Amino acid sequence: MGRYILRRILYAIPIAFGVSVVCFSLVYIAPGDPLQTVMPPDATAETIAIVKHAYGFDKPLPMQFLIWLGRVVTGDFGVSIATRRPVIREVSDALSNTALLAMFAVPISFSIGYVMGAVAGCFAGRWIDRVVTGAAVVGVSLPNYWLGIVLVIFFAVEYMLLPATGMGPNGSVGFNLLQWSNAKFLVLPVITLSMIPVGILARTTRAAVAEVRNQDFVQTLRAKGLSEWAVTRHVLKNAMPQVMAVMGLQFGYLLGGSILVETVFTWPGSGFLLSKAIINRDVPVLQGTILTLSLVFVATNLIVDLLQSLIDPRIRRA
Amino acid sequence: MTDYFSVIPAKAGIQGGEPSKGALDPRFRAGDDVIFEAQALPATRVRGYWQTVFYRLRHDAMTLAFAAIVLLIILGAVFAPLLAPFDPYKESIVGRLKPFGWHDHPLGTDELGRDMLSRLLFGGRVSLLMGVVPVLIASLIGGMLGVIGGFAGGRTNTAIMRTMDVFYAFPSVLLAVAIAGAMGGGMANGMLALTLVFIPPMCRVAETATTQVRALDFIEAARASGARTLTIIRYHVLGNVLGPVFIYASSLVSVSILLASGLSFLGLGVRPPLPDWGLMLSTLRQSIYVVPFVCALPGLAIFITSICCNLVSDGLRAAMDVRM
Repeated sequence: MGRYILRRILYAIPIAFGVSVVCFSLVYIAPGDPLQTVMPPDATAETIAIVKHAYGFDKPLPMQFLIWLGRVVTGDFGVSIATRRPVIREVSDALSNTALLAMFAVPISFSIGYVMGAVAGCFAGRWIDRVVTGAAVVGVSLPNYWLGIVLVIFFAVEYMLLPATGMGPNGSVGFNLLQWSNAKFLVLPVITLSMIPVGILARTTRAAVAEVRNQDFVQTLRAKGLSEWAVTRHVLKNAMPQVMAVMGLQFGYLLGGSILVETVFTWPGSGFLLSKAIINRDVPVLQGTILTLSLVFVATNLIVDLLQSLIDPRIRRA
Repeated sequence: MTDYFSVIPAKAGIQGGEPSKGALDPRFRAGDDVIFEAQALPATRVRGYWQTVFYRLRHDAMTLAFAAIVLLIILGAVFAPLLAPFDPYKESIVGRLKPFGWHDHPLGTDELGRDMLSRLLFGGRVSLLMGVVPVLIASLIGGMLGVIGGFAGGRTNTAIMRTMDVFYAFPSVLLAVAIAGAMGGGMANGMLALTLVFIPPMCRVAETATTQVRALDFIEAARASGARTLTIIRYHVLGNVLGPVFIYASSLVSVSILLASGLSFLGLGVRPPLPDWGLMLSTLRQSIYVVPFVCALPGLAIFITSICCNLVSDGLRAAMDVRM
């Protein structure tokens, strides 16, 4: 067990390194000079050389990467071109707002999706399975940015029940979950955000449960005289590792992939920060946000793998 | 197609390997004993693999219906110049943001007074193209890398798959946005970004299938009889890998349409005034207080296309499943 955990953690290190290489190279796949945005258009060759030197752009690429990596490890992601604030501050503020959304979207979507999938899997082929499967396909096919707009049309424009966008008059600073006047801003984004994970989880869980139910050991359990409820418990437990892997992925998407939903609702989270950075061509923020989010994703996958190995001893031996 | 593997329907309940890896081609699940069985039971009505697949598809009314809708959408996009009642670029200052059925505009007009129906038809061209092209290219490149990695094994495999793992470490939307964002948007860059996003999972599917086939006896037999590596790959491996790759690719089309529209929605895909569903949705978003239902149309188009592609893909998966 200990060896498996150690191996898995060590394996995450080269991945994280690779991720940082990709993030570093984002600056260089951008067309034109990376310094174009900070340089005045009438800069002389001399100024350009000075600025290049100041930013370290005159050094060879691997050198630049190592310097960049050294700064990143100490938490220095550079300064935003648009706001002149340190990128790390921008990212951490935004990430806390995204986490607020995820805090609700994760338990809601995971429990609904899991229950739907488990029920459908247990009654595979029956009418309830068809209903769930149909609903799940709708969930995975919905463009969530469109769903957000439709929800806004109904609940904010037509019936004026809920606010359309933003986090309320105080923004993220004075956001108080316990007050309805603040919390109501969460409702539509959370519903929109939950739709895809519900669909994906329902599909995965259904497939996993239906597959396990066809295995021989289930037959054995029934032959042994176990009650249907006890059999179902065994089935659900055996389907769990597969479901958990998908849950981990979805958790990562809820943190990182919410860019479209946050843009629709102008929710000041990491996705919104990213889309602002793209519009402003703010490469340090773009780089910092993507690096942070993907490292969170790597960590999530690591944790899920370890949890899986706790549940399923077969994984440890492999 | 030889008839050695033709008793698949009779061999219901064959299980083995890891079923979750997707429906694999019957030819390597069924194994050698099929030949024996076909000889032992001459009276059994036999059908080839593809015959079985088409037989199942023909009797799957739902899948056929959804495939028909997809076909209609494709035809609508292809024949947009003939079908569209107006020029999709023709603006009108007095006719901006009009509701359904205003004058001759059955679906209303957009924020520049352009006919919505015409723009939706033309928009389908871009959206479908961006849904299919990245998947095709990614299947080619990813599939090739996967087959090479799976067949070569050892260091080559490790090198390819570990590189893919790095790209797996990004949530897919984020990776697409990052690449398209850094390169500055545009249709070509958007497609390139989506292709890069789809290569790693495609590669993994092909690698898994190849590794499974490679371990089977008939590959060993082919090698023993003197077949060259390329010949083995061409005749024995590809046939078994194409099935899973095809099924996976078909499920990616809907994802690709959603992601491509999402990129355009963020301003990273198609540039205006070119009609594209995601872009239309994004520019009409400002007008939801004026004509809410007209503004919802492009999204509806994305949704219908994506759900139909998903259902067709599910139907194909079921039809090509060997275990049924």
